[in-house]
Amino acid sequence: MDHGSGSPVDPRVLEEMLPYHTDHYGNPSSFHSEGFTALRAINRAREQVAALINADPTEITFTASATEATNLALIGAANRYKNKGNRIVSSAVEHISTVNILKDLTRGGWEYQQAPVDPSGAVLLDKLDELTTDKTVLVSVMAANGEIGTIEPIKEAAAIAHRKGAYFHTDATAALGKIPLDVKATDIDLMTLSSNDIYGPKGVGALYAKKGLRLRPVIIGGGQEQGLRSGTENTPGIVGFGKAAEIAREEMPQEAKRLTELRDRLIKGLTKGIPEAYLNGHATNRLPNNANVRFSYIEGEALILSLDDVGVQANTGSACAAKTLEPSACLLATGLKPEDAHGSLVFTLGKANNKDQIDYVVEKLPAIVKRLRAMSSITPEELK
Amino acid sequence: MEHFKNPRNVGEIKDADGVGTVGNPVCGDMMTIYIKVKDDKIDDIKFKTYGCGAAIATSSMTTEMAKGKTLEEAEKITRQSVADALDGLPPVKMHCSNLASDALHEAIKDYKKKEEEKK
Repeated sequence: MDHGSGSPVDPRVLEEMLPYHTDHYGNPSSFHSEGFTALRAINRAREQVAALINADPTEITFTASATEATNLALIGAANRYKNKGNRIVSSAVEHISTVNILKDLTRGGWEYQQAPVDPSGAVLLDKLDELTTDKTVLVSVMAANGEIGTIEPIKEAAAIAHRKGAYFHTDATAALGKIPLDVKATDIDLMTLSSNDIYGPKGVGALYAKKGLRLRPVIIGGGQEQGLRSGTENTPGIVGFGKAAEIAREEMPQEAKRLTELRDRLIKGLTKGIPEAYLNGHATNRLPNNANVRFSYIEGEALILSLDDVGVQANTGSACAAKTLEPSACLLATGLKPEDAHGSLVFTLGKANNKDQIDYVVEKLPAIVKRLRAMSSITPEELK
Repeated sequence: MEHFKNPRNVGEIKDADGVGTVGNPVCGDMMTIYIKVKDDKIDDIKFKTYGCGAAIATSSMTTEMAKGKTLEEAEKITRQSVADALDGLPPVKMHCSNLASDALHEAIKDYKKKEEEKK
């Protein structure tokens, strides 16, 4: 139940990709029939990905990861529009990749500030408004938070950015294929997209950039992807991303409904079945596949190891943050104390999960929590 | 993993001769070690740990290593010897294992202080 960290490739996606490894291996830049075959496949994928977010295919640039797409969006726009100002604002719960890119930009003279969030993790729009000035070039607020599941008010945040003359970027990695996204209706300038989170292959991402917006490329070379992203295209990966986007568009409505039921069953089972277990994030305004529950007096990593032992994979904080021992920055931003943030478990559900598995976790976890609490030096007497 | 799954010597000693607590819940690791001393040897030892898998495993291993040892021998248990006994720990986790031996040393210090006061 850790789909947010890694998801299986849909067999229909894999089937679509395979011929582009073996039969249609031509370089899309070549002027011969094999090259044209690859180019056509990439352009079809561009249409499929664009359709999922109601964009024009020409507004999609393929990259090798969502992180690369965010680099192109933020560094590319900052470099291109540096004459317009020197400020960048994001929410306080952005993914570590966004935060680290923006922190890196401060070394080149940019001022970076984070707008606080409410206890559910939704950005405070009045604070975002205050921090966004006529010197602000970029505002970045994720579409939904992959860790605590909260859906962010991107339409309103984009309107604030535009009123101050800034461009608006949103990292839609966790939201894509889970909730409807429409770049026209929400007036988004830049959107980061990821393939693996919608059962496409790893190693592929894309950036949506609104027509007319100019970016300075980050990867320079032979001028592929309209000069925005040089390097020979990963045809099989791009084809797979396209197919995954097509499937997500067709199946999202019923899959979101199914996952929402599973999610709520899990949240209810854990918060009702275990004393001092609380939901992190918003009760209803959250991704259909995300349940984040914290358990007082114990530590998340010990919980993950114990769950893994009974065959359940979950996460604590974000998988990338596990390389440090810091409590989740996102949970701290929602106002949790570090000792409370440590005991959080993140479940990101997906196609592979069903009701029986949810019930299994709800059955197994109380004993695990009880055992770790009995061992813990900070558990109050009455809970032992 | 074995010392995380089946930790030895978990619990408290109500009439302990020495108690040592180190760490704090803010950084995610906090442990208390309780010792009973007889004839200058660690007769009984228990621990309580709030923390990650490695913190629990190192607490368990530290108590196993200290049990039955003289105080002088127990004072020589270090984070490195605990980590070695567990067949190594990831570098990022060395901080946790540091705490277990620190808590043991604190407990011994506490015992000696109490003995001093009795005189």
